[in-house]
Amino acid sequence: MASIDVNGKQIEVDEEGYLSNLNDWEPAVAEVMAKAEDTELTDAHWDIINFLREYYEEYQIAPAVRVLTKAVGKRLGKDKGNSKYLYELFPYGPGKQACKYAGLPKPTGCV
Amino acid sequence: MADYEIPETREFPIIPTIMEGAMAHSSPFVADEEFQTALGFPYPTGKEKGELIDGWKQKFLDLLQDKLTKYRSVQVFMDICVKCGACTDKCHYFIGTGDPKNMPVARQDLLRKVYRRYFTFAGKYFPKLVGAIDLTEDVIREMYSYYHQCSECRRCAVFCPFGIDTAEVTMAARDLLAHIGLGQKYDNQIIAKVHSIGNNLGLPGPALADTLEGLEEEVEEDINVKVRYPLDEKGAEILLVAPSADFFVEPHVDGLIGYGKVFHAAGVTWTLSSVASEAANFGLFIGDYANMRKISLRVRDAAKELGVKRIIFGECGHAWRVAYNHLNTLAGPWDFLDPNYPVPQHILEFTKDCLDRGILNIDKSENDHMTLTFHDSCNIARASRIGEFPGSQFVTPREVIKAVCNNYHDMVEETIFDQTFCCGGGGGLLTDDLMEIRIKGAQPRLEALKNVSKDYGVTHMAAICAICKSQFTKILPYYGMTMDQIVSVHQLVSNAIILEGQGEESEDSDDTEAA
Repeated sequence: MASIDVNGKQIEVDEEGYLSNLNDWEPAVAEVMAKAEDTELTDAHWDIINFLREYYEEYQIAPAVRVLTKAVGKRLGKDKGNSKYLYELFPYGPGKQACKYAGLPKPTGCV
Repeated sequence: MADYEIPETREFPIIPTIMEGAMAHSSPFVADEEFQTALGFPYPTGKEKGELIDGWKQKFLDLLQDKLTKYRSVQVFMDICVKCGACTDKCHYFIGTGDPKNMPVARQDLLRKVYRRYFTFAGKYFPKLVGAIDLTEDVIREMYSYYHQCSECRRCAVFCPFGIDTAEVTMAARDLLAHIGLGQKYDNQIIAKVHSIGNNLGLPGPALADTLEGLEEEVEEDINVKVRYPLDEKGAEILLVAPSADFFVEPHVDGLIGYGKVFHAAGVTWTLSSVASEAANFGLFIGDYANMRKISLRVRDAAKELGVKRIIFGECGHAWRVAYNHLNTLAGPWDFLDPNYPVPQHILEFTKDCLDRGILNIDKSENDHMTLTFHDSCNIARASRIGEFPGSQFVTPREVIKAVCNNYHDMVEETIFDQTFCCGGGGGLLTDDLMEIRIKGAQPRLEALKNVSKDYGVTHMAAICAICKSQFTKILPYYGMTMDQIVSVHQLVSNAIILEGQGEESEDSDDTEAA
């Protein structure tokens, strides 16, 4: 099994870099993962990551794209409530990249 | 975007120079123990993931024997290929990679060579003379690689003078591999989620309800008409079985919004189901009948539980192939449904019928900012109809698009209808670990798209398959196009349809606000 080094602690991840155990997540995990992909996490990124984690807590799944854009639109203003804004933050796809940083499993299926 | 060598797109297609072993390194992740077990496949307990189970060789040969007996087609396809070469340059993965093992004849020969060695007289006694080889672990690894470079799209089968369905060979091979410990992670993980939760995404009922509620609000905000997206409503007339991607991503969700508007305008009652919240059936991709049946039976359970009279499938390619061809044998009989309607129906048949009867109010100019073309999805094009007559699977989608759009132009003839090119991500390959083959395999389709864009100003391509839509969303940017150039057919319907009360929106809302 692969692992990542978070402040000296080895945390297990799967072949694609997603956490093997969701309970291993802490903010530093997101920082380490983002750094490995040359992404600097700003407050805007954290807004999304935190929302993903809250939603997952309630529904055991990442939010659908329209649920996410709507929530972002409500919190940050209508001009940001669209997938273009999310792709600017997470160019590999908000579903996959943001879920990874948030410690959620990778969305599967025809997506 | 990761760094891949992107194939060139040209004015005319050119058969590539052969590049021996160009894709030999491509191999998807192997399924974990929990996903092998959930599907009834063995796992090499006590060994590393990806190793083979004890006694794998005998198991493989026994199962091959079983397939040859059970499926006459597999036996015939093993025997009758004469190596005429008609299929060699027809596969999008060969065209995009130049790897000769991606010529359909060569890919299928990986299994045929083993078949010959153990099941034919000549191969048993004179293996070298007939190109028969021993089954070794290297042979197995090669199969695992190249049988996951076939999207089971069956374009090669169109050109085979003997009608060999090479997709069926791929399915048989994948099933044999899964039974010796080499299941594919992406496919098996998804099927396990359907068995336990009800859909490919693993979207539980409450999340689905929340998502649909959000869509109702969104549509109402947009057009000021209350359009319903009901879930688990007993007594509804129609059960809609949509691919779960329709709930989750763009542009699929815009298609789902469109289905709801058409049902609303037609005045029928309908419902989605949290039990059968998936149209897709990946059991087909992995060639495993038991899993395919188990997935199909969820549709039956939901239809009975909800007491519906009709079943309609949403925009999902292979789902329609399974439903159209096999729903009756997998999950029938359907004698409890209304015999006045076919079981199942495609959403496009429903919409086309509403358009023909003139009950939809359409403003085509709403789509005037686009010039459309249509991508025939392989499983629909080469395995089904959408309508009554042969070829209706090509006609119906185009007629619906033309009924809601003013600007339409087809791609070049050799790349549409029954000769359509796969999107590059079908057949269970829509996973990031196969990104390179997905990009390269999309080359023929995107070459045709670029040319029709250049010559006729096409701006958008419409599709009726969740896999095609997701694949193009990811792949178009690699070819210098944008992700939003792929649209759902019912997204176009949704744009153009004017629902009752929609025209009065501004006055109404002003009044409400004033009040």
